[in-house]
Amino acid sequence: MALIKKKKKAETPPLSTASLPDIVFMLLFFFMVTTTMREVTLLVKLKKPQATEIQKLERKDLTTYIYVGAPKNAELGSEPRIQLADQLASVSDVQQWVILQRESINEAERPKFTVSIKADVDAKMGLISDIKQELRKAQALKLSYSANPAASTEELYKAY
Amino acid sequence: MASKKRAVPEINAGSMADIAFLLLIFFLVTTTMDVDKGLLVKLPPWTEEQNEEQDIKEKNIFVVLVNAQDQLLIEEEYATLEDVRRLTKEFIDNNGDGACEDCRGLRDPASSDNPGKAVISLQNDRGTSYNTFVKVRNELLGAYTELRNELATRKYGRDYESLNESDKEEVNTVYPQFISEAEPVQIGG
Repeated sequence: MALIKKKKKAETPPLSTASLPDIVFMLLFFFMVTTTMREVTLLVKLKKPQATEIQKLERKDLTTYIYVGAPKNAELGSEPRIQLADQLASVSDVQQWVILQRESINEAERPKFTVSIKADVDAKMGLISDIKQELRKAQALKLSYSANPAASTEELYKAY
Repeated sequence: MASKKRAVPEINAGSMADIAFLLLIFFLVTTTMDVDKGLLVKLPPWTEEQNEEQDIKEKNIFVVLVNAQDQLLIEEEYATLEDVRRLTKEFIDNNGDGACEDCRGLRDPASSDNPGKAVISLQNDRGTSYNTFVKVRNELLGAYTELRNELATRKYGRDYESLNESDKEEVNTVYPQFISEAEPVQIGG
């Protein structure tokens, strides 16, 4: 008996989702590796200024941050304060602290040690200059004024 | 009847994707790829004596003053933020003694000798706001960037940033960067 094969309707096979977990896991690992939880809780209000001539700080592990701004805790007044790591500090603490931070990195890479000042737009230069003097005393001469990128220079003029 | 061994039921892996998704979304949300960006500055080393006098001719110093009201005074004349870049470029590029062959300056004898001698001095009051300071500093850096870019375009037909290291070095020797941030004084106000 001749077996007559019925012509099957050409159906598109269902898409296999078996590899979906793999793909998702791959993404998951990527984000797990790249994620950095915020290391410090900001105790000061911080609105960074805008600038156009900014450069990226290449090595995060060689950078130390100094935060300057008015304390979030209103009981401490509205005068801008310095935050080092997780606590508010005074100008006289800066030198010691920066030296300690520099000691903690590999000796060969110490010349690349950079201090990044993240200061609020409303901070006054008096305080910033005091920090600068302390940094000079600590021989930490590479400094970055942290800023957000501005779209154009016209934008900067407008705000001024 | 012999009792059949009960087979261990297989764990359904169908929900694996859901769990992975959940984790993925958590990390997606918490991840912060914030790269810190800023104006890179080099501070002068600490010296005990505060007023180190250097022999620089008056005309080779470009003084930018910012007072406590965030007003600008450039070379003893009132100025606005828009002027800073243009005036700074004119000053650096002036080339009064003709030592700089690549400059296109006005060659005004009363202004700077050449870019190698020109020094920008940014002075501010203790009451100057950080915002204004950064903006002015940005303009000063911008003036150098523009000059270097113009030279790179003239010489190599490309942007400064796209040059290789040795070409960059060459552009830098034409326009070295001298910006000094003086210690703040009470300028008034």
